[in-house]
Amino acid sequence: MRNFVNRRSQELKPSGIRKFFDIVSEMKDAISLGVGEPDFITPWHIRNAAIKSIQRGYTQYTGNRGLPALRELIARYMSERFSVEYPAENIIVTVGASEGIDLVMRAVCDAGDEILVPDPSYVSYAPCVLLAGGVPVRVPCSQENAFILTPEALEKAITPRTKAIILPYPNNPTGGIMTKEQLEAVAPVFEKHDLLVVSDEIYAELTYGGKHVSVASLAGMRERTVVINGFSKAFAMTGWRIGFVCAPPELDKALFKIHQYAIMCAPSASQYAAVEALKDGFGDNFAVVESMREEYDRRRRFITNFFNETGLACFEPRGAFYVYPSTASLGMTGEEFANGLLRAEKVAVVPGDAFGEAGKYHVRCSYATSMANLDTATSRIAEYVKKCKG
Amino acid sequence: MKKLESDILGILQEDCRYSPAKIAVMLDKTEKEVADAIASMQARGVIVKYTAIVNDERLSDDIVQALIEVKVSPQKTSGFDAIAEEVYRFEEVKSCYLMRGGYDLAVFIEGKNLREVARFVAERLSTLDEVQSTATHFILKKYKIEGTITDTEDDNRIRISVHA
Repeated sequence: MRNFVNRRSQELKPSGIRKFFDIVSEMKDAISLGVGEPDFITPWHIRNAAIKSIQRGYTQYTGNRGLPALRELIARYMSERFSVEYPAENIIVTVGASEGIDLVMRAVCDAGDEILVPDPSYVSYAPCVLLAGGVPVRVPCSQENAFILTPEALEKAITPRTKAIILPYPNNPTGGIMTKEQLEAVAPVFEKHDLLVVSDEIYAELTYGGKHVSVASLAGMRERTVVINGFSKAFAMTGWRIGFVCAPPELDKALFKIHQYAIMCAPSASQYAAVEALKDGFGDNFAVVESMREEYDRRRRFITNFFNETGLACFEPRGAFYVYPSTASLGMTGEEFANGLLRAEKVAVVPGDAFGEAGKYHVRCSYATSMANLDTATSRIAEYVKKCKG
Repeated sequence: MKKLESDILGILQEDCRYSPAKIAVMLDKTEKEVADAIASMQARGVIVKYTAIVNDERLSDDIVQALIEVKVSPQKTSGFDAIAEEVYRFEEVKSCYLMRGGYDLAVFIEGKNLREVARFVAERLSTLDEVQSTATHFILKKYKIEGTITDTEDDNRIRISVHA
């Protein structure tokens, strides 16, 4: 029999650290700092809104783009919170931000088109580019530069085939953000090479010491930017699979066609939950989001301080809920450190190179876990580091 | 209340074992600022006591707890305070609040068994001159104590993942 799997799927690399993850999953007494989602549960009023929508029988397909009321709220939300102006007609409600990434790549890539992907960054970008027929090109980011994109690094990576860049800030795994000034420094490069900017802003609500700035809010950038965002991280709604894309009209038309044919619409109950999240948020200036953000911020200070005191240099993350300390001072790769730590002290962290080559001497630690867990985990890490230093 | 104080209280009410040094890191303050704020709150009686929240359902010893609604006749000179004191001084009384509504004092008491609670109400409380009437409600189950849900919710998240 033939192998029915097409070449693209065959060539997709399976996650290199599957085995490590399996060990963690089975080690029930291990403390995991490897979780990539909020430890908060979706606020009760949001859960209740979805339950009520089901009880009332709102269980049909919604319009392909999503509920008009939800899109109006999203347009207002993006405008009031991030000064990003896209009309509700150019917003598509998606099955998580993940669908947004896939949609954009499928709508944008012609065979051989190069898409810039910062390194390190979220693991799904490159595979989505590959599946769409594009070529992912890594742009290395370094701890010395707080993991931002610089005009120099961009210029080095850009070729005549470069079509778009993924701008993943606030960043998973580094916690890095890009300030208005830093964005203004790279925007001319995007314009000069006529690039589409795919701005994944799923962590936009989780920034510390300053509000998130969307590249789409810079003068002249909205027309060449597609903003991907969602409810998972801001409202602790990961399992609901609900996100959205805001795109300039031409691209929006293409995204809509693909979404329409492939997905139909996002789940209705999740859309009603999202309506409640935003409506309630406008009522009290997003107090629910703010209280979660404040709690993350405390943990962030605690764990960043811990790593720096322990001698694992850790730049101060200003976004998301991850720290990305360096294991270089121990002469160990992130993978060696993660394996050793798990075996010796039963604490799970993610080897940094899971997110790209540039993370080889780093580990990602999530602080989306209770202070009590962080407390125990950090004492155990301290023990392990002491042993490594011998 | 100042932001620093309410932030510190938020952390201590979550876990009062945190040292000023740790709280200082969390709040981006100096250890001295935090220690001073805590000392001040203690001195002013804002922080009354450091304690543990106990879910007595999980205790092996049986105890009986009740909420007693008490209607009293306030005294001319001292209002409700004097009669409240007469009530809350009893060892058996765990909490005592002045209420506005259907009754005056909400009295939470604890005893080893039903008889002990009944005796307290009949012999100690009802016999006070100012007490007009009482209504005793027995507590069956505590779902949430001091903002904490007693049945700890499981962490159902995928334990480690990069696909999120």
